[in-house]
Order: sequence, then C-alpha cells, then structure tokens
Amino acid sequence: MKTYLPPKFIVERDPNRCTHCQVCINQCSFDAQYHDSKSNEVKSRGENCVGCHRCVIFCPANALNIRRAPLDYRENYNWRPEVIEDIIKQAETGGILLTGMGNDKSHRIYWDHLVLNASQVTNPSIDPLREPMELVTYLGRKPDRVELGPVGTRCNASLYLKTELPPQVKLEIPVMFAAMSYGAVSINVHESLARAATEMGVMWNTGEGGLHRKLYQYGNNTIVQVASGRFGVHSKYLNAGRAIEIKIGQGAKPGIGGHLPGEKVSAEVSTTRMIPQGTDAISPAPHHDIYSIEDLSQLIYALKEATNYTKPLSVKIAAVHNSAAIASGMVRAGADIIVLDGFRGSTGAAPKVIRDNVGIPIELALASVDTRLRQEGIRNQTSIVVSGGIRNSGDLAKAIALGADAVYIGTAALIALGCTACQQCHTGKCAWGICTTNLALTKRVNPDIGSRRLANLLRGWSLELKDILGGLGVNALESLRGNRLHLRGVGLTDTELEILGVRMAGH
Amino acid sequence: MANSVHNQMVKIDASGVLHRELNAKLRDEVANGTQKIQIHNVYGQRYIGTDLGKPVEIEIFGTPGNDLGAFMDGLRIIVHGNAQDGCGNTMNEGEIIVHGHAGDITGLAARGGKIFVRDDVGYRAGIHMKEYGDKKPVVVIGGTAQDFFGEYMAGGILILLGLNLNEGTRHRANFVGTGMHGGVIYLRGGIEDYQLGKEVGVAQIEEEDCQILQKFVSQFASHFGYDVGEILKHNFCKLFPRWLRPYGRLYAY
Repeated sequence: MKTYLPPKFIVERDPNRCTHCQVCINQCSFDAQYHDSKSNEVKSRGENCVGCHRCVIFCPANALNIRRAPLDYRENYNWRPEVIEDIIKQAETGGILLTGMGNDKSHRIYWDHLVLNASQVTNPSIDPLREPMELVTYLGRKPDRVELGPVGTRCNASLYLKTELPPQVKLEIPVMFAAMSYGAVSINVHESLARAATEMGVMWNTGEGGLHRKLYQYGNNTIVQVASGRFGVHSKYLNAGRAIEIKIGQGAKPGIGGHLPGEKVSAEVSTTRMIPQGTDAISPAPHHDIYSIEDLSQLIYALKEATNYTKPLSVKIAAVHNSAAIASGMVRAGADIIVLDGFRGSTGAAPKVIRDNVGIPIELALASVDTRLRQEGIRNQTSIVVSGGIRNSGDLAKAIALGADAVYIGTAALIALGCTACQQCHTGKCAWGICTTNLALTKRVNPDIGSRRLANLLRGWSLELKDILGGLGVNALESLRGNRLHLRGVGLTDTELEILGVRMAGH
Repeated sequence: MANSVHNQMVKIDASGVLHRELNAKLRDEVANGTQKIQIHNVYGQRYIGTDLGKPVEIEIFGTPGNDLGAFMDGLRIIVHGNAQDGCGNTMNEGEIIVHGHAGDITGLAARGGKIFVRDDVGYRAGIHMKEYGDKKPVVVIGGTAQDFFGEYMAGGILILLGLNLNEGTRHRANFVGTGMHGGVIYLRGGIEDYQLGKEVGVAQIEEEDCQILQKFVSQFASHFGYDVGEILKHNFCKLFPRWLRPYGRLYAY
C-alpha cells in the first residue's frame, strides 16, 4: 500500500563540505542516508529521517543539518497535521498507534508556574562555597518517635538511638535513575546508570526485566523492580538490591501492561528475563495477585519475608485522579516508599492514545498526596519519590518544596547519554544505541563515557541545588522539604493554587 | 532454637504464632542445618517457606495461608490440609504437595518446580507460568479447576485430571487458556470448545505427550496413593497456544 504519510524532516547536505565518507550512512539506523553507486555520492532519504541528529553530530565534515519538512496543510485548529497523520497510519496498518518517550502535548507544566524564594536583608543567605550544605536523604519508613538513651559515664556521656529504625536507603543527592528495563534499554545503558549511581551515592532502578549478572556488583546502589510479568524475579535477584520496588503503574501508560516484542528478546535479554529467546515478554495490566489494597499488602509482605525485612519496599503508581486516597492505602499496606509517576513520565513503548490522554500532572499529584498523608498523620511512615518530566535542578527543588523526598529521572538521564527525544524508542532502532537491543547499536553507548556523563549531570544538579538552598537561607534539604512557603505561584487559578498549597506571587 | 539437632526432624507448634515469627523460626532452623521440619496447628499463616532457599522438607498440618512458598527456591513442602491463594507464587524451584484443595492463582508466574494438588484448585490456576532453559514448572491437579485455568500461560505444563468428576460430566471452567502463548495443558475429562480461550487449540495426545503424562501422573499417583494405570486409561486431550505471539499484530509502527 502506498503510504500517504509525508516526510517529517529534510536532510540538508552542504555539497561543499560533504566528502562522501559514508559515516552518516553507518550512523543512521533508519535508512535515511544511502550511497548512490551510479554517481558515487552519499544521498539522503528525508522520508525516513526521524530527526534524531545522530548523523549531524557524527558528520566529520559538519556537512549535515536536519530541518522540519515545511509542508503546510490548510490551517485548521481541529485537524492538525498530527491528527491527520495518525489517522493515515491507522488506515494503513489497522493497529494501535505506538509511541515512545513521555506525553509531548502542550498541557501546563506547573514547574514553570512556580517560583522559589530567596533571602534578602531580613535574613542572610548562606554561601554554599564556604559553608556545608546537607543534601543527604534517607528513604524509608520513619518511626513515629525516637527514643534516645545515654551511653558512657556522666562526664563523658553521649546518646544513642534506642528505637530500632526500619531499613533506609541513603542518597547523597535526592535524585535517582528511574526504572528502565533491560530489553527496553541496552545493557550498556544499565551499566552506565549503575556505575554513575554507585559513584554518586544514589540509586538506579532495574525496571522489570531482571538484573544482568555482571551488574550484581552494583547491588548496593540498585533498586530491583517486581512488576506484573515477574521477569527475572527470584530470591537472588530480590536480595541483590538495596530496595525492592513493586511496579503497579507507569505515568506514560497508567492502567495498562507492557509487551516487549520478541524481536527485542535477544540471547542476553532472554537470560536476564528468564524467558525463551524471541518470545514476547508480556507484562499483564494488573498483577494477578493484586486486586485490592489488602492484596498489595500481601505482596509487600511476601517480598519483605523473602528478604527477611532487610530492605525498604517501594510501590510505584501512575499519578491518576484518586492518587491521594490510593497513596494512603499504599502506606497503610506497608509501602516504605511510594513513587508517583506523572503523565509526562516516559516509556520505551506505549499506545499513543494512553500516553497522551491518561493520567494527571505530577505537580498536582505530589501536592495532593503529600497534603493527604500529612492530614492523616502518616506522612512519616513513607517517603515520596516523584518522576515524570523532571528536567533540571529547578524542577527538583520545587518538587522537594512541594513535599517530595527525592525524584527519579529517566528521560533526563537518557538525554545525558545522547538521547534527543525523537520518540522512536518503540521501534527498537535507536541510533544512539540507548533504547535497543541490536548489538551493533548498543555498543554506541560506552559505559565508561556514559557513566561519566551521568555522574557529571548529577554533580551539576547537586551544586545548583546547594546554591538554591543557600539563597533560601537554609543549609539542609530537610528545611526545604515540604516547605511550600518557599514557593509562590505565577499565572495560576485559585483552584490550582489551592491544590498546590502555594500562595500567589506577591502575597 | 538451641535444642534443634542437625539433620533431625524438628516440630514447631504454630498455634498463636504470627507469620513473621513463624518464618523467623524456620529461617533459624534451616540456618542451623535442620533438614526436616513439621509445623503443626497452622491456621492461615502466610508466606510459609519463603526465603529458605535450601532443599529442606517442611510438612504442614493444618491450613497454611496465602502465598505458601512464594518465590520458593528448592524446598519441598507437604501440606496435610488445604492450601489457600497464591500457592507457589513466582516459584523458582522446589515441590509443593497438597493433600487437599488449593485456592486461586495456584502457581502464579512460576518459572520452575512442581505443584501437586490432590483435589481442586480455584480461579486462574497456572496463570502466567513461564519456562526458561531447563526450568519448566509442572502443576498436576487431581480434581477440577475454576475459570481462567492457564490464563496468559507462557510456559510449563498444567495437568488437570478431573478425578472427582462424575461419569459423563465435564469440567466447569470457562476461558481456559485465555491469552496462552506458551506451554501446554493436558486435560482428562470433557470440555467443550466454548469453554476455551480463543488463543487455544485442541489436539490429540501423541507419544511424546504420553511420556510426559506417564512421568508426572506417576509422581502424582505415588504422592496420593492412586493407581497411575487407572488414571491414564482415560482419554486425555492437549491444549496448546495457537500463536506464540498472540498480540503480535496489535500495533501500528
């Protein structure tokens, strides 16, 4: 069938610069560059280009540029090009539209409507270059009260903690790498994340595809995930990580499961997921043993029993309409950490209709969950981690002020590795070697360089976060956490301000 | 548990003991080298046998609670009574023998090991069982099953014997094997086409199937004192996934 889809991009080649070296042909995994043997020239097929910039960055002669194809339709606010082209795709395939990355629609990004405070005159700001700033965060259930007892003789007395603390996860920086499964991303991405997390004293998350045997050595900085497919889940895996996360939902696709297509289940993925090579890895929409809060509690305690109560249990849900009530149930079910993934949360593959239409913004979910848990007096029983569109340390600081203990970053981490958010993750052809299991592509991510880039990103954010804290006149993240007085809203309605629990700027 | 002796059988009285305490006791016993444990007066304690990871034998008298042997790795558990829901949840290796009924989602997501149930099982038994390499879970059920038997099955062997069905009656379960994309189900006793999931095909058993049945039904019969020849005399049919990738054509790329 002839496709009616117009090309999305134009590949511009500067003939004065191009040496026909064919690097772009090798770099492009979407077949948008080719060698014309008749003219002995390198040429482009713009219709195949996805706009990932791999060829532009790697062209040794700087001869390439990519532009959006300037094809105009008659102006129509309803029948926009995206809408028309989605219909064309479905008319030609009869399938569910798949896509990668997070929701790209123009919904309000609340981070951009929140501003932070700073000290002026009446209280001094603190210079983080000269004074220590405490960013260390402990994730896990905190007791309602602690008892201290004296140690030693009266003239040399010190205090010790009498209360036995539940297991905690220590983070040097309140940023962790979000769950991305091996199979969705490559082993080199996993290794880069694991090594960067270990170097920077934070956590990375295996996602639901198991843990490759060569990454067990990073277990102390690993959160192992248990999802509905239970791929690669066995007692050694559960005991390998510092914490265990039950994945109920994902911001990019709340309420639905996942299918890792057989093409991506390579020999190594098969070994780690413990399923035969080439078979579809189907994660059902629900966990078949969780139909209620009581059932969630049952799995939480099954995993606690399986690891002898040595690890905090995290439960991840997509941010949806009743998140606050659900979160309350999760805490009461025994979740030591709850993860809220907003509707900008990313994915290796999701039905487009779900990604673009289901779920709520993370800022609103975070504010309402934190408020609800405080109202119920159970906020100390859990840590809140948020994810889904955290872009920089400004978003991070605002999330902490709204009540988060830490954030997960997925897309931001992948961008550090080379991702340009071209939204082709579901094709398995990622030219940057990130979201693919094709061995020729996966080696494009070098874990030595990848872990360096990720660690650099975290270092940059931690320095900025210290600057923000110093400006606020506080020297510990704890003073910002859940302190919404440090925030003001700009351009928000009264209802939005009320849900966020912040005052209008100027107040 | 200072009085336990290496290799000797140890008896534990579980009355009034919570699951956390009971499992802590079991951990201590196994750490001390105990090979055989009897637990008496079990009244619904969950997760028995989780986190033991050694080939020890546990005999349970009473009614163990949900998630018996969850994530189990190499134990042998014998239940003198009924098992509840989630028996053998995500089991990796080992054996569970139930002298009675078992509840819903028996063998959920199991990747290895064996479960033998003398009587009936509840809804969604064998759901999302898988297999990998030499790991192949086997569940043999003497009685009958409820709906969604073998749903989403991705590997392993489910055998449903229907020994308690009266002559001329058939299994009652509907939606058998819905979403099945791997593994095999053997059924003894009648079932109608409309009771099967649309991803399931029906076939006559062949020589290879007979060998499988002979092997596992013999084990079943020896656990519960049945005559294997008598069981295998009846007709069996085989349910298999019609497509290995039932959801391969869902998407527009």
